[in-house]
Amino acid sequence: MSPPLLEVEDLRVRYGAVEAVHGVSFAVNAGEVTTLIGANGAGKSSTLAALSGLVPAGGRIRFDGRDIAGAPPHAIVRAGIVQVPEGREILAQMTVEENLLMGLRGRARSDLDSAYERFPILGERRALLAGSLSGGEQQMLAIARALLARPRLLLLDEPSLGLAPLIVKRVFDTLADLRRQGITMLLVEQNALRALRLADRAYVMELGKLVMRGTGQDLLGDEGVARTYLGG
Amino acid sequence: MDAIVDFFRVYQTTIGVIGINALLALSVWVTLYAGQLTLGNAAFMAVGAYGAALLGMRVGVPFPVGLALGALLSAALALPLGLAVFRLRGVYLAIATIGFGEVVRVVLLTLPFTGKALGLNGIPPVTELWHIYLSLAAVAYVLWRVQGSTVGRAWAAIREDEIAAASQGIAVRRYKLAAFVAGAALAAWAGGLSAHLNFSIEPGDFGFTRAVQILVFAVVGGTPSVAGPIFGATLLTALPEVLRPLKEYRDIFAGLILMGVIIYLPRGLVTLAELRKTRRLQEIGAADVA
Repeated sequence: MSPPLLEVEDLRVRYGAVEAVHGVSFAVNAGEVTTLIGANGAGKSSTLAALSGLVPAGGRIRFDGRDIAGAPPHAIVRAGIVQVPEGREILAQMTVEENLLMGLRGRARSDLDSAYERFPILGERRALLAGSLSGGEQQMLAIARALLARPRLLLLDEPSLGLAPLIVKRVFDTLADLRRQGITMLLVEQNALRALRLADRAYVMELGKLVMRGTGQDLLGDEGVARTYLGG
Repeated sequence: MDAIVDFFRVYQTTIGVIGINALLALSVWVTLYAGQLTLGNAAFMAVGAYGAALLGMRVGVPFPVGLALGALLSAALALPLGLAVFRLRGVYLAIATIGFGEVVRVVLLTLPFTGKALGLNGIPPVTELWHIYLSLAAVAYVLWRVQGSTVGRAWAAIREDEIAAASQGIAVRRYKLAAFVAGAALAAWAGGLSAHLNFSIEPGDFGFTRAVQILVFAVVGGTPSVAGPIFGATLLTALPEVLRPLKEYRDIFAGLILMGVIIYLPRGLVTLAELRKTRRLQEIGAADVA
């Protein structure tokens, strides 16, 4: 069996005197969806931020056999780890097309067509300011932009946050499509039910530590997980 | 025909100064476009002005070479300065660059070969209007092309949200530094042109007031496009001439106009053009509905 695409060992994230992530270790296999679920403040987003190089972290991060701990964010993107940040983080004052062009980083403009094929709504709105899109459309834009960067590992931070239930379904349908296409994803979610249904492998995070691991199916069937995260 | 020639003769200096101010406004626009508030461009202008003037007068370097060397020297100073100050943001960054400006001013006051407080006099007036306006056209064209390029989009992304830009793979610090160094070289080029237009320079010409003036040109004109700073510099440089009939009240009116623009057109004078376009679109939209 080939080694995991991403191996994280004893990852620690500290904000001043407070340690938010207390030495977590996990792995992401190529072609799989791995999810980190947990309550607000469990350290999920801090973990993703550390993987993207957006916050300094201790521990070891190996991606495709290379040690990437401490690398600057742009080098990590170039290595193939691309994050869809929480709250979309689209560039509101730029047009939809300009946002997508950021993902291309200098490649031929015709590559945008793949994004417009996948998300026709973005094609229709390409000349509009990204800030004028609805929340769901902004999320699609953020995902489309990340895909244009040709990620080998896509990090998704709370893609359902602040969206109406119907739109959440659409976002997860999109993620399921991506999974079928073999795109490797690490998904951080509070919507545990949907995340676990999608995931091949899942971790539960509490107060900066991983407290449970298994396949998505395992955790869906677990009573403790059901009580705490699935509302019954 | 004679009237036009007369006009140019009378206003030659003002027309030259307008072009130089437009170049300076563009020099600060580059950093503003990348979202960075810096006030060091008066000092970089001084480096270019003294550099070009001294090289021309003491070393006998040809005028264009002097301009280029002044710009290079300025860029060489901007690089380490940028590495140091771009740890800071917003008002802290602005204050750090003001500090640099003061250092340059004091150095010019103390060095044995800069003429100290008297400055340099008798600089050969070799700058022609076409030098200034050719530079302006070339710079405006290049910046306009850069704006629509990968670099321009990276600057815009950094201006909007540094974290989002970084997570898109943009090397944030490198792009900020590039904007700063380019702005410094440009300000120095304008400084060299200005030294050879004015016969004399002194450290006081490049102080804090000058730094703020350059910023005001760019902001009043508007930073969304390259045209804004040029427009702002033109208007604010010509305004005292235009308002000359108001005699001693003209500074008051110039100040009121400035306040009016900032209050009612916070994105600058160029947004007037956008407003008209939006109104047209609304009219067309209304016609469709009807």
